[in-house]
This record gives sequence, C-alpha cells and structure tokens, in this order.
Amino acid sequence: MADVIWVYAEILDDKVTPTTLEMLTKAAEVGKAEAVLLGPAPDGAAEILAQYGASKIYRCADPVYNDFLTLPAAETVAGLIQQHKPQIMLFASSYAGRDVVSNLSARLDCGVISDVGDFQIKDGGIEATIPALGASYQNTSTLVEQGTKLLLVRPKSFEPNVNEQPVAIEEIAAATDESLRKVHMKERVAVKREGPQLEGAKMIVSGGRGLKGEENFTMLKDLADVLGGAVGASRAAVDAGWVPYAMQIGQTGKTVKPDIYLAIGISGAVQHLSGMKTSKYIITINKDAEAPIFQYSDFGVVGDLFKIVPQLIDEIKKRKGA
Amino acid sequence: MNIVVCGKVIPASTVIIEIDPETKRMVRKGVPHELDPAAASAVEEGLRLVEKHGGTVTLVTMGTNDATIGIRNALAMGATSAVHLFDDALAGSDTLGTAKALAAAIKKLEFDLVICATEASDSYSGTVPGQIAHLLGVPPVSFAKEISVDGKQITIKRQSENGYDVVQADLPALVSVTSGINEPRYPQLKGIMSAKKKEIKILKAADLGLGADQVGESGAREKVLTVGRPPKREAGKIVTDEGEGGKQIADFLAEIKVI
Repeated sequence: MADVIWVYAEILDDKVTPTTLEMLTKAAEVGKAEAVLLGPAPDGAAEILAQYGASKIYRCADPVYNDFLTLPAAETVAGLIQQHKPQIMLFASSYAGRDVVSNLSARLDCGVISDVGDFQIKDGGIEATIPALGASYQNTSTLVEQGTKLLLVRPKSFEPNVNEQPVAIEEIAAATDESLRKVHMKERVAVKREGPQLEGAKMIVSGGRGLKGEENFTMLKDLADVLGGAVGASRAAVDAGWVPYAMQIGQTGKTVKPDIYLAIGISGAVQHLSGMKTSKYIITINKDAEAPIFQYSDFGVVGDLFKIVPQLIDEIKKRKGA
Repeated sequence: MNIVVCGKVIPASTVIIEIDPETKRMVRKGVPHELDPAAASAVEEGLRLVEKHGGTVTLVTMGTNDATIGIRNALAMGATSAVHLFDDALAGSDTLGTAKALAAAIKKLEFDLVICATEASDSYSGTVPGQIAHLLGVPPVSFAKEISVDGKQITIKRQSENGYDVVQADLPALVSVTSGINEPRYPQLKGIMSAKKKEIKILKAADLGLGADQVGESGAREKVLTVGRPPKREAGKIVTDEGEGGKQIADFLAEIKVI
C-alpha cells in the first residue's frame, strides 16, 4: 500500500497557495496524497487540490479557523492524525503553517523538521534534505520513534504539476471548544504594494545594505522598469527601514526563483542566499570582491554600484531602443 | 507586568558557521559569541513594555558557557535577571526538547508575557515559540511587528503575506516578534556596570525535571543523518569595474538573450 502523505492546504487572497500545490504534487509522486482544508475557501478549491493530486480531502468550512488563529486548526489536525495516522504530514513554511505545526508538535509530543527542501521515504522512515545554514550546507535529517512525521517545507521546493485524481471529500466536525478561541483575528489589513510583485517574477532586481539609503531604491526601480522586473531587498535593507518587509527576500522573507536575479549591494549572508540561490542566473554588483554572493554568481562586477547601475540602465535603454 | 524573554546566544555574525561532521552540530567552541540580534530585539521589546507598564524582564536562555557574554549583554541592556540552562545533558536537543527545557524553566517564574524572536538567526527552525506556548498552556501570538499591552490583553500587528493582521489575546500569552520590530539599544556604561551585580541563575536538566528521554541528543526525535555541501554552482565570471561594468552586465544579459 502506498504511503499516505497529508498536506495542510492553505488559502490566501481567495486562492489555494502555490506551496500547497507544490507539496501536493510531491506527495502524489511518492505516495497517496491527501489534503486537510480548514476554514472558508473559494468555490472550486477542492477541485484544484484534486487536480494537483489529492485523492482525499478532509474538509471543514467553519469560519472558526479564520476567526481564531492556530488553536482550532491544531486541535482538528491532531484529532485527524490520531485517527488516521498518515505516514507524513507536510506544512508550508508560511505564517500559518509554522504556527500550526509547532503547536501540533508539542501537542502530539513529536518532532518536526523545519526548512525541508526535499524528502524521500526510506525503509518506512523519512529522509529529509535541508539546505542548512542558508546555502552553505545540505544535510539530511530523519524523525525517529514517532508516528506521523511532521515536515515544514520551503516554498518553491517542488514544481507543481497537474496529476488529477478521483477525489473523496470527507466533511469533518469543527473544533468548537471555547478554550480554542484564544487568539482572535480582529482585522486583516492588506498593504498596497506598488509595482510588479515578487511572487512569480521572472526578473528581480534586489538591493541591500550597499544601497546606503531609501532614496537609492528609486535607481533599482528604474532598472527593474527597463528590464520589466520586480524590486526586492535583503533583510539588512528592510531592517534599516528603507523598504517594506513585503520586499524582503531570504529565509525570513520570500523565497524566489526568477530567471534573472540581480543582487546589488548585497553581500550574500546565508539568510539572503537561502531565499534566492536557486535563481536561474544570478548577476551581482558589489564593491567587496570577497563578498560571498560572488561565489553564487553567474556574472559579477566588483565596483561602485552608484556608477555601474546608471550605466547599465542607459545601456539597456540604448539597446532596447536600437 | 513580568516579562520573560527567551533568546539564544549564537556565534557572532562575523563567524562563518561550520558544522562538525562528527557530532553533526554547529561548531560553537572557540568562536566568538553574541546575543542573537533577534533575541536582542525581543529583550528590547520587553524593556520598552516594562518602561511603560512597570515590572521585570527575565532572560531565559539555553547554552554552553559561551552564552554568558550574551546574557551579560541582555542584562546590560536593562534586563532584570537571567536564567541560564547550562548542562551537557541538554546539548543536542531538538526543537521540542529545547522548548520543553525552556518551558520548564519559565514555569518556575511568574510571568504575564513571554517574548521570543520568531526564529534564531543561526538555525532558523522557527518552531520553538509555538511549542513553548503549548507547553505553557498560553495563547501563541506570533510574528508581531508591533505590540501593545492594555490591562489584561495583548494586541499585535501580525506580519502577513500581504500586509498585517490585528490579533488579540488575553494575558498571560506568548508573543514572537519579527526582526525589525525595533532597534535594540546599545548597553551604556552604567548598564554594563550594574549587569555585573545581576543574578544569573543556572539550571540543570534535573532541576527542570526533564530526563534523557525528553531532552539532549538522546531525547531528540530529529536526528541529523548526514552533513554535506550542496552541489557547487558552476563558477561564474567575475570582473572588476574599470568604467565599463554596466556595459559588461548588459553584454551578459544580451548573451543570455534577456535584452
């Protein structure tokens, strides 16, 4: 019998998240994929999960899962795990995924592997591949002496592929206990972002500490505009308050995988590398020839970004005009 | 209000962290350590809350004797006292073991709020705060980029994928704070002097009532099997700008047919 692998499905902006579909694809590849979908979801969400490989969906549409964070979801999933004992359960390294899995781990007294980039089932156990310390190590880990193996999976670890399965939907009861209604979601505020979004961008121009200030991000915006790309930033630039967190690329920000990644004034701390190192082409401008980012670059220029970037913008304009 | 801050002392940011292939743990011996910047932000947030509402800030940390320097730093910033979980029996704990040890230590204290960083800057597993909250039986309020405490409640702006959420819970609670929630203060001379007189309480696994089946390498559910290096990227071309750097990048973009 195939190993049963569960995926904790997430909805964001009224859509099934890409990482949910990535995890389902992988789960269906190595075993029998099933999903748990809690809280309100758009019409057709179950069909989408089935398209990407879910053969069973445990479903409860009760709004308690949106109105109260973490605890109702963890209670429901813990109950389902104890009842059905799947071999593995996958969660996205998202805000909700991390919250639910950490609570579950303590609740079920079992371990959890974070930051999983890939996994395989070996001799009935799990072998997870983890890009540890950002990019500099690639380790494998396992979970011993426990039932369901809980894994937190990095976004963009797997290619999502359609692999439609006949699907059974099992409606489950909501977690209604008053003791679970402790973390109130009062309001969701969307912060409007300008320009193209990082998610799904083919071309990203990213700036770091070397930009020296908020005003210089305008220059990166100009470069991104002539290339038709989006602007990102390292944690240093975000922590300095130059750009909003939504632009942060790295382990604590977004994981991106564009065709072209231009790292400008970014030294390449492991924190940053882990969010962008799988980009197809990495192009770097940095004044420090010893900056670790150069080791990951397909093309790099050691020099003053304030001279090189304007010249690059002019040159692209010239060639595009030609 | 009484605040407990959980944070880690880690190899300094100047150190390139290595993993020992034998023990499969990070090499911590003989490298300079510092209070994790993420933990410093958690301490700072605690100090700001007690400056407003009164009370104490207690740092709880687990680590070897290298942790002392970071603990002193937190005390010099203004933390009231510290608890150091220092025992070979705790070494090699996985995240759940770490959470069990920290939660057991916190249970010995009186607290209204526990503040953690969302993740430490060395291992980034990011599951310990949620585990501690469950073990303490308090609501987990996570990914805060702004905190306000009012009477018996905490309200936060919680980082979300597309903005923020306003989230509220009753105290006592555990809150995890994102990096960048504040700019941690630098210890001043007066703080550094008074830190020397502040109490650092040392606790062992046995003091916490935790056995080898719960903490340390023997209690860890997560086992590292292999430590390796990722496949190397093919070496790229690195040039030094001699006035043509921008043009050379444009040439490369043309070569890969982007422009």
